[in-house]
Amino acid sequence: MQNRRNFIKVTAITAALAAAGLTSFSALAADTIKVGILHSLSGTMAISETALKETALMTIDEINAKGGVMGKKLEPVVVDPASNWPLFAEKARQLISQDKVAVVFGCWTSVSRKSVNPVFKELNGLLFYPVQYEGEELEKNVFYTGAAPNQQAIPAVEYLMSKDGGSAKRWVLLGTDYVYPRTTNKILRAFLKAKGVADADIMEEYTPFGHSDYQTIIAKIKKFAGEGKKTAVVSTINGDSNVPFYKELGNAGLKATDVPVVAFSVGEEELRGVDTKPLVGHLAAWNYFESIKNPENTAFIKLYKDWAKKKNLPNADTVVTNDPMEATYIGIHMWAQAVEKAKSTDTDKVIAAMAGQKFKAPDGFEIEMDPKNHHLHKPVFIGEVKADGQFNVVWKTKGPIKAQPWSPYIPGNDKKKDEPDTK
Amino acid sequence: MKHVLVALILACLTLCASAALDPLLVRQLAAEDSDEKIAAIEALAKSGDPEAVAILKQLDEGTLKDEQGEDITINNRVRGKIAEAMAALRLFDPDKGARLVAVKELLANIDPGMAPMLAKAREHEGEPSIKALLDQAYALATIRAADPAARLAAVKALATSGDANVRTLLLDYYWNKTAEPDLAIRRAAFASYLEVQQRIEIADLVGKVFSGLSLGSILLLAALGLAITYGVMGVINMAHGELLMIGAYATYAMQGLFRAHLPGYVDWYVLAAVPVAFFAAATVGILLERTVIRRLYGRPLETLLATWGLSLILIQAARVFFGAQNVEVANPTWMSGGIEVLPSIVLPLNRIVIIGFSLFVLSLVWVLMNKTRVGLFVRAVTQNRPMAGCVGVPTSRVDTLAFGLGAGIAGLGGVALSQIANVGPDMGQGYIVDSFLVVVVGGVGQLAGAVWAALGLGVIAKFLEGWTGAVIAKIAVLVFVIIFIQKRPQGIFALKGRFVEN
Amino acid sequence: MAPHARKFGSLPPTGGAHVSLGRPGGDMTMPNRAPFIIRFFTAMPKTGWLGLSAFAALALVLLPALHLLVPEGNPLHVSGYVITVGGKIMCYAIVAVAMDLIWGYAGILSLGHGLFFALGGYCFGQYLMRQIGHDGAYHADLPDFMVFLDWKSLPWYWVGSDSFAFALIKVLVLPALVALIFGFFAFRSRIKGVYFSIITQALTFAAMLLFFRNETGFGGNNGFTDFKRILGYGITTPGMRVTLFGLSAVALMLTLLLGRYLTTSKFGRVLTAIRDAESRVMFIGYNPLHYKLAIWTLSAMLCGIAGALYVPQVGIINPGEMSAANSIEIAIWVAVGGRATLIGPVIGAAVVNLSKSFFTQAFPDYWLFFLGALFVAVTLWLPDGVVGLWRKLRGSKA
Repeated sequence: MQNRRNFIKVTAITAALAAAGLTSFSALAADTIKVGILHSLSGTMAISETALKETALMTIDEINAKGGVMGKKLEPVVVDPASNWPLFAEKARQLISQDKVAVVFGCWTSVSRKSVNPVFKELNGLLFYPVQYEGEELEKNVFYTGAAPNQQAIPAVEYLMSKDGGSAKRWVLLGTDYVYPRTTNKILRAFLKAKGVADADIMEEYTPFGHSDYQTIIAKIKKFAGEGKKTAVVSTINGDSNVPFYKELGNAGLKATDVPVVAFSVGEEELRGVDTKPLVGHLAAWNYFESIKNPENTAFIKLYKDWAKKKNLPNADTVVTNDPMEATYIGIHMWAQAVEKAKSTDTDKVIAAMAGQKFKAPDGFEIEMDPKNHHLHKPVFIGEVKADGQFNVVWKTKGPIKAQPWSPYIPGNDKKKDEPDTK
Repeated sequence: MKHVLVALILACLTLCASAALDPLLVRQLAAEDSDEKIAAIEALAKSGDPEAVAILKQLDEGTLKDEQGEDITINNRVRGKIAEAMAALRLFDPDKGARLVAVKELLANIDPGMAPMLAKAREHEGEPSIKALLDQAYALATIRAADPAARLAAVKALATSGDANVRTLLLDYYWNKTAEPDLAIRRAAFASYLEVQQRIEIADLVGKVFSGLSLGSILLLAALGLAITYGVMGVINMAHGELLMIGAYATYAMQGLFRAHLPGYVDWYVLAAVPVAFFAAATVGILLERTVIRRLYGRPLETLLATWGLSLILIQAARVFFGAQNVEVANPTWMSGGIEVLPSIVLPLNRIVIIGFSLFVLSLVWVLMNKTRVGLFVRAVTQNRPMAGCVGVPTSRVDTLAFGLGAGIAGLGGVALSQIANVGPDMGQGYIVDSFLVVVVGGVGQLAGAVWAALGLGVIAKFLEGWTGAVIAKIAVLVFVIIFIQKRPQGIFALKGRFVEN
Repeated sequence: MAPHARKFGSLPPTGGAHVSLGRPGGDMTMPNRAPFIIRFFTAMPKTGWLGLSAFAALALVLLPALHLLVPEGNPLHVSGYVITVGGKIMCYAIVAVAMDLIWGYAGILSLGHGLFFALGGYCFGQYLMRQIGHDGAYHADLPDFMVFLDWKSLPWYWVGSDSFAFALIKVLVLPALVALIFGFFAFRSRIKGVYFSIITQALTFAAMLLFFRNETGFGGNNGFTDFKRILGYGITTPGMRVTLFGLSAVALMLTLLLGRYLTTSKFGRVLTAIRDAESRVMFIGYNPLHYKLAIWTLSAMLCGIAGALYVPQVGIINPGEMSAANSIEIAIWVAVGGRATLIGPVIGAAVVNLSKSFFTQAFPDYWLFFLGALFVAVTLWLPDGVVGLWRKLRGSKA
């Protein structure tokens, strides 16, 4: 009969454990500014997000070495939401309400952002989101330092339509089945239609998450390309499936000169996992490439390489920088500038001070936070894969272009305000 | 647009009589505008000068530098033009292989202007296979010739093609009355179209069967080790995927070792990785068996939980040692590229090698299980553990050996996976559900069952995928397995014998 | 199979079997059985009631009061974070008890309970999505993701989703129905042990892929999020949060009462008998199919309820809940707490999730080592979980 008596005791223990678990982390020091870092360090997204955590820590270290912000040191609070979307919301709440962080840098996938958005709204927190995404969103509490579709997808397709890009006439829109590829392809389809491409000349194809067998897809692409006219592939395949896709592409003999593939989720970091020799000439569109030459970028790359050595990261000698890392770097610096300007870490004051904030970024431009729409004005680069895994910039915009979070190619968006709802 | 005309540093050129080449043309290669670059390339190619070929080759490889010592960058369009220009030059190369590559390159971009050159090449060509391709190329170039006889000949010649582009072209040719008023030629075009169409359809089928077999062989390699451990011990090893991962990382490590110390033999690192991966995974497997799984015999459902914990630890260990990012494992040159059955169907070499490798592993396991004393013991324990123990089989040692063997085979699976998919900490997780399905469908402890299940599931998945798309195909296969198990709860090959359940 | 099949059944003798001895609810020889409601409530012993009352006082009075009445900044204030995490863990605890009912008591290990949990969550999520009304990003009649897919009207399986009552009915019925159909075929074919575990895993995996598809009509990978209100009341208000917290606590207590009643009744004893020797139970003349099917369906239904309570508290439901790892983790909560006890799964769910919360912040880079080691250690040295350890300690003292 011990079981029954245990009931009460165990209930008490549970409660005690709960109390211990939840209250052990309360704010300690007041002479630092706490900064939350919310990137998955385990689970499927760790592949991409760990590098962003390192970049954030490095940038914080850099700012601290120069005296911090408002004379206070920044104190990073790193948590691991483990690629689990509900856990993202829980950890966001923990960072804001328990740890009292002034700002959070984090998230990669759209679903993680969607999961934390209500939390930031409710608690009036501040999130910097560093990854290219599908748009269709404008939150008061979020600053988007990655690209909106018009800063990445549309210029890439325009390039492929141009003479230098190969004057593509037929299009394969290939992606992993989730919201970013879906929205991007929806926008691109509308864009292509506006440019006079017929529906029959567009093939849309989706694969499940973690798909690793691209034989059938490649065969389909070949078949489609064999029906005449120059074909190009626009790939929004999610990080993990890219290696099998590109390996299959290389071995199946689809060369970039015949059927170029332009990718929006493949950067230097992803190419580290692939043998790039068969992929020379395939393209990627980003707002930053490691191969861009300017003093800021040289300093940024050196900073990260030194950091990797200092922290003894695995494969420290071969680390690369990429677009989301640059966006993280810009975001943290801009936030620090805004705090200096606002003389406060108060969310509303910082949001006001963020408007029009400028920063000389590693992409070679002095880029600006839009006064209203919480997105950066960013330059667009199109690069071809080189044999060493870097990109060769073959086209770029003259200067930074303004983000359109509400794409004009989606019906109904013309009525949208280009700034967050304030209510 | 400002012309950046810079002198080129061309060390090799200064040796020879560079006077033969127009230096202005060479400079023009560094122009920023692609049109100018292309004009220069075409002019250089026309000269037919071997020096020009050398320069174009450098430009293609990205090693050509301008006056400032910066690499001259080119884009796909320029790259395509270089390939075309070089192909035209190489059509008369003494080397057979070079000529073959050249014709294939040209076939993609034929224009009527090439007809005289192709005719010349056709006359000179002695090799039948290349000549056949040249015939097609010539046909493509003359299909809109003014002479109806030439058009008819061209249309008829194209019947031997297997290229989807040619198929489209022939069909368009048949329908387009204004471009081709002669009905007889249009009919001939349609007849050729049907022939090409049939050839492509057969090739499609071959391609589908091949991709199904390829997927099946990968499933088999992933599941074979599991079939053994599960058969012998009834242990659900959730860390099986991580044993695959260890095999793949062992391959990665061997690649690094070869690159650092035996750069001349880099292509053979895969062969060296086979035993290394086997023993690395087997060692880890034996360690797991000795320390954890051994203590859980008789509690198979709990083994599931413990091995799940082990898998978490192994994944995180990989993350700490090798980084969270995927690592690069390159196909050796003899596994890169593919065999072209038809222009529309290329069977990738890495997949062919893996199918062969899975046969090799399978026969190895078969010999081990059926021709050796250890194999006899393993089978005995699989069928009836207490009885085997009674007649003197050292069951506990057999368990360790079988687990090591299963783990080692998983390691071999990892070598194969490293050649087609990601190598990263999470890679094993993606194969766990599939491997279990193969084992369950095949029947416990049955090698033949695992083989049939793997190949069957692979081929079904691939045929469905062509029809329904990847997501639905995968769901359909899972539902199929669930229904199949209802009908045959013991798998394809159930162990025969008189058992009372419980 | 046969040599091992024995092992699946032979669980170590734990609470389930011997605690039930002599309980009135299951006594077949009693000529006049007491009404169900009385048997239901008398199944729980006095100490159990004490524990439940203490828990009720804590979860229904003390914590809500400290959250609502004590101002923020006061050291006694209980933050919204504690309330949401607490609510989440109670939902997990319900799932763990549901899992224990079939695994601990009936010996069926399901690796598909994430499916039923998610189904319940999706059913209620549909209602929550409709409650957003025109406040979504597109201010449209349809949920945002449908606008985005260019759908013009609600698909048939969304009909009636704006009704709260219908949502509740769906939460109860749909997971149960799926479980009933699947269970009927699986148990009829006498699929058991590891085979059953693996096909439940396959089922859940297939469902996850289906829900990942955007065309399926459940929001694809993003699932449902950005909920605004329930029955017109704002979902992020402290009052609503406390209400959901309280409801979760009540649901957990009712689950425990039900579990107690079932496991001490004749039904429960037949189940344990099936677990220990199914063939013998058949030889005596029982049809295990009915018993297994009943507990399996009930377990799925409990999961559905937990899922429905979980979704408004964490603010998102997406197909990730159906991943293989999540379902395995449910089994782990039960194993850590102690199988075939009712309090064990509750403790297990709390311990594992709190340690996860703690480790992911304290050692973000290494926490998987701790978690993995915990699972290995528990299975190796604590076959009866935390409760078993507690018993052992008490036993050695006495």
